[in-house]
Amino acid sequence: MPTVGPRSGDAIFANVDRVNAELFTLTYGAIVCQLLTDLEEVEEVNKQLDQMGYNIGTRLIDEFLAKANISRCVDFKETAEMIAKVGFKMFLGVTASVTNWDVEGTCCNIVLEDNPLVDFVELPDTCQGLYYCNVLCGVIRGALEMVSMKTEVTWVRDVLQGDDSYELQVKLLKQVPEEYPYKDDE
Amino acid sequence: MAAICSLFIINKSGGLIFYKDYGSAGRMDTNDSLRVASLWHSMHAISQQLSPTVGCSGIELLEADTFDLHCFQSLTGTKFFVVCEPGALHMEALLKVIYELYTDYVLKNPFYEMEMPIRCELFDLNLSQAVQKDRVALLGR
Repeated sequence: MPTVGPRSGDAIFANVDRVNAELFTLTYGAIVCQLLTDLEEVEEVNKQLDQMGYNIGTRLIDEFLAKANISRCVDFKETAEMIAKVGFKMFLGVTASVTNWDVEGTCCNIVLEDNPLVDFVELPDTCQGLYYCNVLCGVIRGALEMVSMKTEVTWVRDVLQGDDSYELQVKLLKQVPEEYPYKDDE
Repeated sequence: MAAICSLFIINKSGGLIFYKDYGSAGRMDTNDSLRVASLWHSMHAISQQLSPTVGCSGIELLEADTFDLHCFQSLTGTKFFVVCEPGALHMEALLKVIYELYTDYVLKNPFYEMEMPIRCELFDLNLSQAVQKDRVALLGR
Protein backbone atom coordinates (compact mmCIF):
# COMPACT_ATOMS: atom_id res chain seq x y z
CA MET A 1 0.00 0.00 0.00
CA PRO A 2 1.45 3.40 -0.90
CA THR A 3 2.11 5.57 2.11
CA VAL A 4 0.08 8.72 2.02
CA GLY A 5 1.29 11.87 3.69
CA PRO A 6 -0.59 13.71 6.40
CA ARG A 7 -3.84 15.36 5.42
CA SER A 8 -4.01 19.10 5.75
CA GLY A 9 -5.70 20.60 8.78
CA ASP A 10 -8.01 22.58 6.49
CA ALA A 11 -9.30 19.46 4.76
CA ILE A 12 -10.12 17.74 8.05
CA PHE A 13 -11.65 20.88 9.54
CA ALA A 14 -13.95 21.13 6.52
CA ASN A 15 -15.12 17.55 7.03
CA VAL A 16 -16.02 17.36 10.71
CA ASP A 17 -19.30 18.15 12.40
CA ARG A 18 -19.29 21.59 13.90
CA VAL A 19 -21.23 23.48 16.52
CA ASN A 20 -22.01 27.16 16.74
CA ALA A 21 -18.79 28.96 17.74
CA GLU A 22 -20.62 31.08 20.33
CA LEU A 23 -22.02 28.02 22.05
CA PHE A 24 -18.48 26.66 22.30
CA THR A 25 -17.05 29.94 23.57
CA LEU A 26 -19.83 30.45 26.08
CA THR A 27 -19.59 26.86 27.34
CA TYR A 28 -15.89 27.27 27.95
CA GLY A 29 -16.52 30.60 29.67
CA ALA A 30 -19.12 29.02 31.94
CA ILE A 31 -16.66 26.27 32.92
CA VAL A 32 -13.91 28.76 33.78
CA CYS A 33 -16.28 30.92 35.83
CA GLN A 34 -17.65 27.92 37.68
CA LEU A 35 -14.11 26.82 38.50
CA LEU A 36 -13.33 30.30 39.82
CA THR A 37 -16.38 30.14 42.06
CA ASP A 38 -15.61 26.63 43.27
CA LEU A 39 -11.88 26.88 43.77
CA GLU A 40 -11.56 30.60 44.58
CA GLU A 41 -7.79 30.68 44.01
CA VAL A 42 -6.66 31.72 40.51
CA GLU A 43 -3.65 29.43 40.80
CA GLU A 44 -5.90 26.44 41.54
CA VAL A 45 -8.06 27.27 38.54
CA ASN A 46 -5.00 27.34 36.30
CA LYS A 47 -4.04 23.92 37.62
CA GLN A 48 -7.52 22.51 37.19
CA LEU A 49 -7.82 23.80 33.62
CA ASP A 50 -4.47 22.23 32.81
CA GLN A 51 -5.62 18.91 34.29
CA MET A 52 -8.86 19.02 32.32
CA GLY A 53 -6.91 19.71 29.17
CA TYR A 54 -4.57 16.84 29.95
CA ASN A 55 -7.52 14.45 30.19
CA ILE A 56 -8.81 15.71 26.85
CA GLY A 57 -5.39 15.48 25.22
CA THR A 58 -4.83 11.85 26.15
CA ARG A 59 -7.98 10.96 24.23
CA LEU A 60 -7.74 13.48 21.44
CA ILE A 61 -4.32 12.38 20.27
CA ASP A 62 -5.69 9.20 18.71
CA GLU A 63 -8.29 11.09 16.76
CA PHE A 64 -5.61 13.47 15.56
CA LEU A 65 -3.39 10.60 14.41
CA ALA A 66 -6.26 8.68 12.84
CA LYS A 67 -7.95 11.49 10.98
CA ALA A 68 -4.84 13.39 9.95
CA ASN A 69 -3.15 10.19 8.83
CA ILE A 70 0.07 11.06 10.57
CA SER A 71 3.05 8.78 10.76
CA ARG A 72 5.89 9.01 13.24
CA CYS A 73 7.63 12.40 13.34
CA VAL A 74 11.41 12.27 12.93
CA ASP A 75 12.15 14.89 15.57
CA PHE A 76 10.58 17.32 17.97
CA LYS A 77 10.73 20.08 15.36
CA GLU A 78 8.45 18.14 13.07
CA THR A 79 6.16 17.38 16.01
CA ALA A 80 5.82 21.07 16.86
CA GLU A 81 5.08 21.92 13.23
CA MET A 82 2.41 19.21 13.13
CA ILE A 83 0.71 20.58 16.23
CA ALA A 84 0.76 24.13 14.92
CA LYS A 85 -0.11 23.49 11.29
CA VAL A 86 -2.43 20.49 11.49
CA GLY A 87 -3.59 20.19 15.11
CA PHE A 88 -4.72 23.74 15.80
CA LYS A 89 -6.34 23.98 12.40
CA MET A 90 -8.16 20.69 12.75
CA PHE A 91 -9.59 21.23 16.22
CA LEU A 92 -9.87 25.00 16.60
CA GLY A 93 -9.88 26.17 13.01
CA VAL A 94 -7.02 28.59 13.67
CA THR A 95 -3.58 28.86 12.17
CA ALA A 96 -0.53 28.82 14.37
CA SER A 97 3.16 29.21 13.70
CA VAL A 98 6.25 27.91 15.43
CA THR A 99 8.97 30.37 16.44
CA ASN A 100 11.85 30.90 18.83
CA TRP A 101 13.59 27.54 18.68
CA ASP A 102 16.39 27.12 21.16
CA VAL A 103 19.73 25.70 19.99
CA GLU A 104 19.04 22.14 21.15
CA GLY A 105 15.74 22.05 19.32
CA THR A 106 13.83 21.07 22.44
CA CYS A 107 11.96 24.27 23.21
CA CYS A 108 9.85 26.48 20.99
CA ASN A 109 6.98 28.89 21.03
CA ILE A 110 3.70 28.43 19.22
CA VAL A 111 1.97 31.66 18.24
CA LEU A 112 -1.78 31.57 17.68
CA GLU A 113 -3.07 34.01 15.11
CA ASP A 114 -6.55 33.86 16.50
CA ASN A 115 -8.11 32.35 19.59
CA PRO A 116 -11.78 31.43 19.48
CA LEU A 117 -11.87 30.69 23.22
CA VAL A 118 -11.57 34.34 24.19
CA ASP A 119 -14.20 36.06 22.05
CA PHE A 120 -16.19 38.34 24.42
CA VAL A 121 -13.77 37.80 27.33
CA GLU A 122 -12.49 40.67 29.47
CA LEU A 123 -10.55 39.66 32.55
CA PRO A 124 -11.61 41.52 35.69
CA ASP A 125 -8.92 42.85 38.06
CA THR A 126 -9.71 40.06 40.51
CA CYS A 127 -8.50 37.48 38.01
CA GLN A 128 -4.97 38.71 37.48
CA GLY A 129 -2.69 35.76 36.86
CA LEU A 130 -5.46 33.60 35.43
CA TYR A 131 -4.44 31.79 32.28
CA TYR A 132 -7.88 31.74 30.78
CA CYS A 133 -6.95 29.30 28.01
CA ASN A 134 -4.80 27.05 30.16
CA VAL A 135 -6.84 24.09 28.95
CA LEU A 136 -4.88 24.26 25.68
CA CYS A 137 -1.58 23.74 27.52
CA GLY A 138 -3.00 20.63 29.13
CA VAL A 139 -4.28 19.28 25.82
CA ILE A 140 -0.85 19.53 24.20
CA ARG A 141 0.89 18.06 27.26
CA GLY A 142 -1.55 15.15 27.46
CA ALA A 143 -1.44 14.42 23.76
CA LEU A 144 2.35 14.40 23.60
CA GLU A 145 2.62 12.23 26.68
CA MET A 146 0.65 9.51 24.89
CA VAL A 147 3.27 9.44 22.16
CA SER A 148 6.05 9.19 24.74
CA MET A 149 7.11 12.82 25.03
CA LYS A 150 7.14 14.49 28.43
CA THR A 151 6.63 18.19 27.93
CA GLU A 152 6.00 21.35 29.84
CA VAL A 153 3.57 23.77 28.20
CA THR A 154 3.04 27.29 29.47
CA TRP A 155 1.58 30.56 28.29
CA VAL A 156 4.19 33.21 27.61
CA ARG A 157 1.94 35.82 26.06
CA ASP A 158 -1.76 36.35 26.46
CA VAL A 159 -3.78 39.19 24.98
CA LEU A 160 -6.09 39.05 28.00
CA GLN A 161 -3.09 39.90 30.19
CA GLY A 162 -2.22 42.86 28.01
CA ASP A 163 0.26 41.25 25.59
CA ASP A 164 -0.05 41.61 21.85
CA SER A 165 -0.47 37.94 20.90
CA TYR A 166 -1.25 34.45 22.15
CA GLU A 167 1.93 32.51 22.56
CA LEU A 168 2.55 29.10 24.11
CA GLN A 169 5.91 27.72 25.08
CA VAL A 170 6.39 24.00 24.53
CA LYS A 171 9.44 22.52 26.20
CA LEU A 172 10.46 18.91 25.66
CA LEU A 173 11.61 17.51 29.00
CA LYS A 174 12.40 13.99 27.94
CA GLN A 175 11.50 11.38 25.42
CA VAL A 176 10.45 8.17 27.10
CA PRO A 177 11.64 5.35 24.87
CA GLU A 178 9.00 2.77 24.05
CA GLU A 179 10.89 -0.06 25.60
CA TYR A 180 9.43 -2.83 27.61
CA PRO A 181 9.96 -2.39 31.31
CA TYR A 182 12.03 -5.52 31.70
CA LYS A 183 15.48 -6.64 30.63
CA ASP A 184 16.13 -9.66 28.45
CA ASP A 185 17.92 -11.61 31.17
CA GLU A 186 15.39 -11.07 33.90
CA MET B 1 -18.86 -16.79 3.91
CA ALA B 2 -17.39 -13.92 5.80
CA ALA B 3 -13.88 -12.79 5.02
CA ILE B 4 -13.25 -11.68 8.57
CA CYS B 5 -13.25 -14.25 11.36
CA SER B 6 -12.51 -12.08 14.35
CA LEU B 7 -11.35 -8.70 15.53
CA PHE B 8 -9.17 -7.94 18.56
CA ILE B 9 -8.16 -4.66 20.15
CA ILE B 10 -5.40 -4.70 22.76
CA ASN B 11 -4.25 -1.81 24.89
CA LYS B 12 -0.64 -0.73 25.18
CA SER B 13 0.07 -3.06 28.09
CA GLY B 14 -1.18 -6.09 26.17
CA GLY B 15 -4.59 -6.47 27.76
CA LEU B 16 -7.50 -7.45 25.56
CA ILE B 17 -10.02 -4.61 25.57
CA PHE B 18 -12.25 -5.73 22.72
CA TYR B 19 -12.99 -9.02 21.00
CA LYS B 20 -15.62 -9.90 18.44
CA ASP B 21 -16.00 -12.90 16.19
CA TYR B 22 -17.82 -13.04 12.89
CA GLY B 23 -19.27 -16.31 11.67
CA SER B 24 -18.51 -19.74 13.02
CA ALA B 25 -14.93 -20.17 11.81
CA GLY B 26 -12.34 -19.50 14.48
CA ARG B 27 -14.78 -18.83 17.28
CA MET B 28 -13.19 -19.01 20.70
CA ASP B 29 -14.15 -18.63 24.31
CA THR B 30 -13.08 -15.79 26.58
CA ASN B 31 -10.01 -17.55 27.89
CA ASP B 32 -8.74 -18.41 24.42
CA SER B 33 -9.26 -14.90 23.15
CA LEU B 34 -7.35 -13.46 26.11
CA ARG B 35 -4.57 -15.93 25.45
CA VAL B 36 -4.36 -15.05 21.77
CA ALA B 37 -4.28 -11.35 22.61
CA SER B 38 -1.41 -11.59 25.05
CA LEU B 39 0.47 -14.02 22.82
CA TRP B 40 0.19 -11.63 19.92
CA HIS B 41 1.29 -8.71 22.09
CA SER B 42 4.46 -10.57 23.07
CA MET B 43 5.16 -11.88 19.57
CA HIS B 44 4.77 -8.38 18.23
CA ALA B 45 7.24 -7.06 20.78
CA ILE B 46 9.74 -9.84 20.09
CA SER B 47 9.48 -9.32 16.34
CA GLN B 48 10.42 -5.67 16.83
CA GLN B 49 13.59 -6.68 18.64
CA LEU B 50 14.51 -9.50 16.28
CA SER B 51 13.96 -7.55 13.10
CA PRO B 52 17.13 -6.64 11.22
CA THR B 53 15.44 -3.45 10.04
CA VAL B 54 16.17 -0.41 12.18
CA GLY B 55 13.05 1.19 13.61
CA CYS B 56 10.85 -1.79 12.78
CA SER B 57 7.36 -1.33 14.12
CA GLY B 58 6.46 -5.01 14.47
CA ILE B 59 4.57 -7.63 12.48
CA GLU B 60 1.90 -6.23 10.19
CA LEU B 61 0.81 -9.41 8.47
CA LEU B 62 1.03 -13.04 9.45
CA GLU B 63 0.12 -15.51 6.70
CA ALA B 64 -0.82 -19.05 7.68
CA ASP B 65 -2.35 -21.93 5.69
CA THR B 66 -5.85 -21.37 6.95
CA PHE B 67 -5.92 -17.71 7.93
CA ASP B 68 -4.23 -14.32 7.60
CA LEU B 69 -3.69 -12.01 10.55
CA HIS B 70 -3.44 -8.29 9.81
CA CYS B 71 -2.24 -6.02 12.57
CA PHE B 72 -2.21 -2.25 12.88
CA GLN B 73 -0.56 -0.49 15.79
CA SER B 74 -1.33 3.18 16.43
CA LEU B 75 1.45 5.52 17.54
CA THR B 76 -0.08 5.51 21.00
CA GLY B 77 0.48 1.76 21.29
CA THR B 78 -3.03 0.40 20.87
CA LYS B 79 -3.09 -2.63 18.57
CA PHE B 80 -5.95 -3.61 16.28
CA PHE B 81 -5.84 -6.95 14.54
CA VAL B 82 -8.17 -9.03 12.43
CA VAL B 83 -8.03 -12.72 11.64
CA CYS B 84 -9.42 -13.31 8.16
CA GLU B 85 -9.51 -15.77 5.28
CA PRO B 86 -6.20 -16.23 3.49
CA GLY B 87 -5.72 -13.59 0.84
CA ALA B 88 -8.58 -11.33 1.99
CA LEU B 89 -8.00 -7.87 0.57
CA HIS B 90 -8.19 -4.33 1.92
CA MET B 91 -7.69 -5.32 5.54
CA GLU B 92 -5.27 -2.43 6.20
CA ALA B 93 -7.96 -0.01 5.09
CA LEU B 94 -10.55 -1.73 7.26
CA LEU B 95 -8.23 -1.54 10.29
CA LYS B 96 -7.79 2.18 9.66
CA VAL B 97 -11.55 2.60 9.59
CA ILE B 98 -11.85 0.66 12.84
CA TYR B 99 -9.19 2.91 14.41
CA GLU B 100 -11.23 5.97 13.44
CA LEU B 101 -14.39 4.42 14.87
CA TYR B 102 -12.46 3.72 18.09
CA THR B 103 -11.37 7.37 18.35
CA ASP B 104 -14.91 8.56 17.65
CA TYR B 105 -17.10 6.23 19.67
CA VAL B 106 -14.83 4.91 22.38
CA LEU B 107 -12.31 7.61 23.29
CA LYS B 108 -14.81 10.44 22.97
CA ASN B 109 -17.26 8.73 25.29
CA PRO B 110 -16.56 10.59 28.54
CA PHE B 111 -17.60 7.56 30.58
CA TYR B 112 -15.15 5.25 28.90
CA GLU B 113 -12.10 4.70 31.07
CA MET B 114 -8.88 4.61 29.11
CA GLU B 115 -7.18 1.21 28.74
CA MET B 116 -10.26 -0.60 30.05
CA PRO B 117 -12.48 -3.11 28.18
CA ILE B 118 -14.68 -1.43 25.60
CA ARG B 119 -18.39 -1.57 26.28
CA CYS B 120 -19.83 1.08 24.01
CA GLU B 121 -23.00 0.38 22.05
CA LEU B 122 -22.35 3.09 19.51
CA PHE B 123 -18.99 1.55 18.75
CA ASP B 124 -20.54 -1.92 18.31
CA LEU B 125 -23.18 -0.52 16.02
CA ASN B 126 -20.84 1.45 13.78
CA LEU B 127 -18.36 -1.38 13.75
CA SER B 128 -20.89 -3.90 12.46
CA GLN B 129 -21.89 -1.41 9.78
CA ALA B 130 -18.29 -0.97 8.70
CA VAL B 131 -17.68 -4.72 8.59
CA GLN B 132 -20.96 -5.25 6.76
CA LYS B 133 -20.02 -2.64 4.18
CA ASP B 134 -16.70 -4.35 3.72
CA ARG B 135 -18.48 -7.65 3.11
CA VAL B 136 -20.89 -6.15 0.60
CA ALA B 137 -17.97 -4.61 -1.24
CA LEU B 138 -16.35 -8.03 -1.22
CA LEU B 139 -19.40 -9.74 -2.69
CA GLY B 140 -19.54 -7.12 -5.42
CA ARG B 141 -16.07 -7.99 -6.65
